[in-house]
Formats: sequence, structure tokens, C-alpha cells
Amino acid sequence: MANMNQTDRPPIYLDYSATTPVDIRVAEKMIPYLTEHYGNPASRSHPYGWTAEKAVENAREEVAKLVNADPREIVWTSGATESNNLAIKGAANFYASTKGKHIITIATEHKAVIDAVRELERQGFTATYLEPEPDGLVDLAKFKAAIQPDTVLASVMLVNNEIGVIQDIEAIGNICREAGVIFHVDAAQATGKVKIDLANLPVDLMSFSAHKTYGPKGIGALYVCRKPRIRIEAQMHGGGHERGMRSGTLATHQIVGMGEAFRIAHEEMASENERIRMLRDRLLTGLQDIEETYVNGDLAHRIPHNLNISFNYVEGESLIMAVKGIAVSSGSACTSASLEPSYVLRALGRSDELAHSSIRFSIGRFTTVADVDYTVELMKSKIEKLRELSPLWEMFKDGIDISKVQWAAH
Amino acid sequence: MAYSDKVLDHYENPRNVGSLDKNDPNVGTGMVGAPACGDVMKLMIKVNDNGIIEDAKFKTYGCGSAIASSSLVTEWLKGKTVDEAYAIKNSAIAEELALPPVKIHCSVLAEDAIKAAVADIKAKQSARATV
Ligand SMILES: Cc1ncc(COP(=O)(O)O)c(C=O)c1O
Ligand code: FES
Repeated sequence: MANMNQTDRPPIYLDYSATTPVDIRVAEKMIPYLTEHYGNPASRSHPYGWTAEKAVENAREEVAKLVNADPREIVWTSGATESNNLAIKGAANFYASTKGKHIITIATEHKAVIDAVRELERQGFTATYLEPEPDGLVDLAKFKAAIQPDTVLASVMLVNNEIGVIQDIEAIGNICREAGVIFHVDAAQATGKVKIDLANLPVDLMSFSAHKTYGPKGIGALYVCRKPRIRIEAQMHGGGHERGMRSGTLATHQIVGMGEAFRIAHEEMASENERIRMLRDRLLTGLQDIEETYVNGDLAHRIPHNLNISFNYVEGESLIMAVKGIAVSSGSACTSASLEPSYVLRALGRSDELAHSSIRFSIGRFTTVADVDYTVELMKSKIEKLRELSPLWEMFKDGIDISKVQWAAH
Repeated sequence: MAYSDKVLDHYENPRNVGSLDKNDPNVGTGMVGAPACGDVMKLMIKVNDNGIIEDAKFKTYGCGSAIASSSLVTEWLKGKTVDEAYAIKNSAIAEELALPPVKIHCSVLAEDAIKAAVADIKAKQSARATV
């Protein structure tokens, strides 16, 4: 077995949901657009511009192809944060006067959605932050019941970044269509992991990011449906790029990178996902040997790349400190600046203790069987060590019900 | 976040982990924090008839800085009188471990644990005195 205290090599990367490395094939494709084909894609008067424009349009086709959309429906942005802001603020503002000023979203959305909606609330909109079921999924009847006569927009993510659950976007979209509600989907965590067929999905707006799918950081896209035609108000004004929806000189090399990353995802997704599912099952089986572990979020409706587990009676930050040989993230308050545990796990109704004790493992293209086996052994030994240190574990073993203890608040 | 060498040392080689006999009249227990807040510290001290702390043990559920703070105070407590122990300030703990501002509350918890353990031993002793 490998040395568990190995510190002489970089940790094994198991944080692919935070970001992914740029695939070397992507990086190689990008480089000439920095040094050689550096023209501005908006320059119409010389070949430098034409070459750049052609590369941008090729990339647009690749992005469109992965999600079965028309290339004319793809608008370049700086990433999913910008796409979410553009979609939510852009559509809410455009349709407020005709449809109304109420927005529905889910309590477990990414901050880029939640905070965009909060900003609209400050501007006079009202909002419903729907709680998901304990398994992380949206209850369709509850969603339907949340729609009001003045609901203008709903925003529901396809794949959750913390727990990996997949929402039934088709069913939710159909409810929106029936009610005349604009439907936005944050798909930042979904590309290359679940099949997306926008030609047939009742979705009006969808956000993408390159860096979650082996492309570069700082580039993303927004799908804006043409049939039915969806309008949005620009949030960035200037040269009128991207048909006026998003001004700013296009970052050719970044766009080329996103195109290549999405092309590879399209080609390799089926086999890659099968391999990743095998790795995830191996990881899950190994970790479930450990007493008092709880998987957060539904396992069936979930991308295979994500495993979010709470190790009861062990605090997440101290666990992350103990497992320096792997790079993972935690829902513990102690790892965040806010001192609040994960709002996503709390929205599932998980106790604060379990939220504090959670670790997110996310697996990707370069994860190996050896990485998984090392991780299982490391977790087993470190959790045992930390539980020896834990007064809660001692109480649990003595048969004391911790939820019944009167704790001094502080 | 980067940790100081002292935090890492206490975290990796925690001193005086464990429990003392809580029914021993010479043992005081302080349990502070709450699982919901992500930190619980249990500190036990054994005091001899001269009021000197002979032994100290801890168990902590919490971040690395909380574990290091409690490990450190078990070292500091041994040989001190209960009144000296009561006077230990969180700022001294934070300084010794070079805790960053966001981790100051972990040292506060350690100070609270000492105060709770001392209060417990004093309550036990006065209960005995009145018997
Ligand atoms: C679900 C989700 N939405 C949006 C984002 C933000 O994407 P970007 O980093 O491209 O702005 C992320 C990534 O952190 C995410 O996971
Ligand atoms: S116990 Fe939470 S930050 Fe130290």
C-alpha cells in the first residue's frame, strides 16, 4: 500500500467539479490563436480578421453540436457566471412589463443564479426559492404550485455542483411552457456528462462554461432559443458584438479552446462516462466500509462524476487537512469564509453536523483506479484517527443521542 | 489556507488525547461548543489536593486550529493551579499558534473549555465540602 503521508508529490486531484485541467489537445489548438492568428474576429478588412472569425464560427458549431442547438443560438460570454447573469437579468428585464415580476428558482442553485435573483429582488422583483426534496430533486407538483400569474422566469440547474443530482429539466420546462414562463437552465456542470438535446428540450436559455469540461477558464456561452424566439436585454454595452446581446472583442483563443473541448466531449462522452461510473462505484463501495457515512443527494439521478459523502462525527476541515494526499472540497463551515456550512446540504434538510462533515469527491478524465484505491485507504485511516479525537464519536459509541444533548450556544 | 508549523505539529501529533474518569471527584470536565457550529471541545483536568492540575486530556471535533488549540492547552495546564489555569487567555493561545483572524474563535473555544472544566471541579469540590 502507498505511503499515506506522502507529501513529496502533488495531491491526487479529485476536485473536477471545481474546475478541470485543460486537455492538452485543447491547449495545443489554442496556442496559434495567441501568437499567429491574432486578428480581431470583427476585423472585416484583412485576412487576420477573417481567419479569427472562421475559428470563432467553427467553435460555435462545436458548442452547438454538443447540445444539439443551432450555432446562431450560441452567444459567447466569459463563463457560466456571466451567462447566468445575462440570462436571468436580461430576460427578467425584457419581459417584466408583459409577463410580470416574479421569479422562481431553487434553493440549491449556484450562487451565480441565487445572487442574480437577489439583485433583481432589490430592483423590485419578487422571488421564490423552492426547497428541493431531501434527495436534492425538485418536486414537480411543488414547482407547478409555485408559479404565479406574474411569474416571468424560472431558473433550474441541470446538474448540481455540490451533489451532482440531475433535475428533470424536460418536465420542468414543459410546466413552464404551459404557463408561459421563460425557462433558464444552468448547465455548467452538465456538458460532457449528460446528453443535452436543445432542439427537443423545452428550454429557452442555457448557460455553459468551458473550464468544467477540460477547456480554459474565463470563457462560456449562453444558448438563446430562436424557436420560440427569446429576447434578452444586454448587460454589457459597446460594439454590438454577438448581435448586440454581449459586446466586447471576442477572445479568439479562449473560444477556440471551448470549441475543441466541447468537440472532444461530444466524441468521447459515452466511453468516458462509463469509465467514470466504474471508478465512482469503486470509490463508493470502498468508502461505505466506513461506519456512519451518508451519501448526500440521490444516487440514481446523478452524474457518475460526483460523490458527496458525510462522515459523521468528523469535522470536514480537519479531515481535509488530514488527507493532504488528495485534493477535495468540503461543505464544512470552517473551509469557507462565512463560517456557515454548505447551504446546499442544509437545503436538503441535512443536519448541520452532517453538513460540516461532508466531503465532495469529483472524478474526471484523468482519474485512475490507483487514485481511487489510494483515496479509500487514506480516508479509512484518517477518519479512524480523527474519530479517536472526536468527543462526539465517543458519545455515539457510548450510546448517547447527540441530538438530545443541550449544547451551549456560542 | 496555510497553517503555521505549530498548528500542524499539534494537529499531526496531538498531545494528551483521551478522557479521564468523569466520576472521580478530583476530575473536572468542560464541554463547550456545539456540533451544529462545527466544533465541540471536551477538556478534562485532574486536580490534586493542593489545587495543582496533575493531568489534562482532551477530545475535539472541529477544524485543525481547534484541535491544535486544545492540544496546546493540555500541555500548558499541567502543573498549574486551577486559578492560574482560569487566567489563561485565548489571545495567548492564538499568539502561540499564530492563528489567523478567522481562526481566533477556535482559541476562544479552548479558553472557554478551561473555564468550564475549572468551574466543574470547583462545583464538585464545594458540593463535597457541604456534604
Ligand atoms: C453550477 C455552476 N454554475 C455556474 C458556475 C460558474 O461558472 P464560471 O466559473 O464559468 O463563471 C459554476 C462553477 O463554479 C457552477 O458549478
Ligand atoms: S472550529 Fe470552525 S474554524 Fe475552527
